[in-house]
Amino acid sequence: MSAFFRVAALVVRKDLTVEVRSFEVLSTTLFFAVTVVLIFAFGFVKEGVPIDGVAAAILWIALAFSGTLALGRTFERERQADTLRALMLAPADRPALYAGKLAGILLLMALVEAVLVPMVGLMFQAPIFYAPGWLAGLLAAGTLGFAAVGTLFAAMLVRARSRDVLLPVLLYPMTVPVMIAGVRGTAALFQPEPDLGLAQFWLALLVFFDAVFVTLALWTFEPLMTD
Amino acid sequence: MTTAVKVQLAAATLMFAVAPWVINAAPYEATMGLVYKIYFFHMPSAWMFMLAAIVAGVASARYLFTRNPKSDATAVAAAELAVLFGLLALVTGPLWARKAWGVWWVWDARLTSSLMLFLIFLAYLLLRQFGGPGSEKLSAGLALFGMANVPFIYVSVNVWRTLHPKTSVVPTLPVEMGRPLWFCVTAFLLLFLALLSLRSSLERQRGRIDALYLAEDEV
Repeated sequence: MSAFFRVAALVVRKDLTVEVRSFEVLSTTLFFAVTVVLIFAFGFVKEGVPIDGVAAAILWIALAFSGTLALGRTFERERQADTLRALMLAPADRPALYAGKLAGILLLMALVEAVLVPMVGLMFQAPIFYAPGWLAGLLAAGTLGFAAVGTLFAAMLVRARSRDVLLPVLLYPMTVPVMIAGVRGTAALFQPEPDLGLAQFWLALLVFFDAVFVTLALWTFEPLMTD
Repeated sequence: MTTAVKVQLAAATLMFAVAPWVINAAPYEATMGLVYKIYFFHMPSAWMFMLAAIVAGVASARYLFTRNPKSDATAVAAAELAVLFGLLALVTGPLWARKAWGVWWVWDARLTSSLMLFLIFLAYLLLRQFGGPGSEKLSAGLALFGMANVPFIYVSVNVWRTLHPKTSVVPTLPVEMGRPLWFCVTAFLLLFLALLSLRSSLERQRGRIDALYLAEDEV
């Protein structure tokens, strides 16, 4: 078991080292996410007043879009230098490699969220500090669900043709429950009278989704990534 | 074409030819009148859609863990049928809903989960078409995840108010309405089985030809 975590930690460290040298994925993803929120602000804020109840949806749309970009870029880097093959050849558990890649993506998206959430709060007057714990929980569980499916599919698509188009095509229908639960839960926190009970229901659904999909991904990563 | 497929196809053709008379003989429903009769095609197509999705998911899981190309052929055939019957259900549904509920579409659990399952199988076919070599395994993973996804979509949308009748109405139907329904379900099932075996045998033959070409290249 400790070998599993050691391999995963090594993969995360490798990804971080590569990223810190150029900040390629982080800077492009962050810039893209900020632009998405800005475009929504042009459309949905009239005379300084945002349309009711759009903040939650905009936050999650920006997350889904920038998450797809980050997933695509991260694995494109592995493909260009054929390092994913090298990683697969390493005498390590495949599920551990998956867990490492997933942790790397999660770290990246957490950084993006740290910028996005205050920005949405500022531009759409969303009460992000009403229940910060619940909001963080929803974001963490939602991001985990999105990234768990996304990492697996992006890794599988590395070898496919037209992978750039196929990643969103496969990922968005698959992550619909995450988006529904994330948007509804966040909207319950952002409404004029926040409903913590409702947010709790959606958080529970997200956690359940995460458990099922992480298990399924760990279980199928090996047969899916074997030639 | 095997004898079993011929018999299934012939029986399905005959039953579909007779179906208009059988459906015509069914009584009118108290509140919806004539319109409810779309049901006799809507529900069987929705059931075949679900059946196709389950067959595709199970065959994909088998392919993933056994690497048996036969399972892959079954999965492709079932995925195409899922799109076909899903389209039928998604077209007949709004036609009925417009008359019965006054709107074409509502974001109800059953409707949304059917639409999402339909999209997942469309994505499956896109992946098969444009994924290039190795997409068999990828699409098997997609079908497997798609199957696991449906209960979540169902639960997550079910929190909103639902308009769609529960499946528990089926056993409570009066005999005059139940008989044409089961007649249509049988006709759809026969068609489904015939198409499934035809399409998967076609896919197996295609696989064999590919293998022969590859062998020829190596010589």
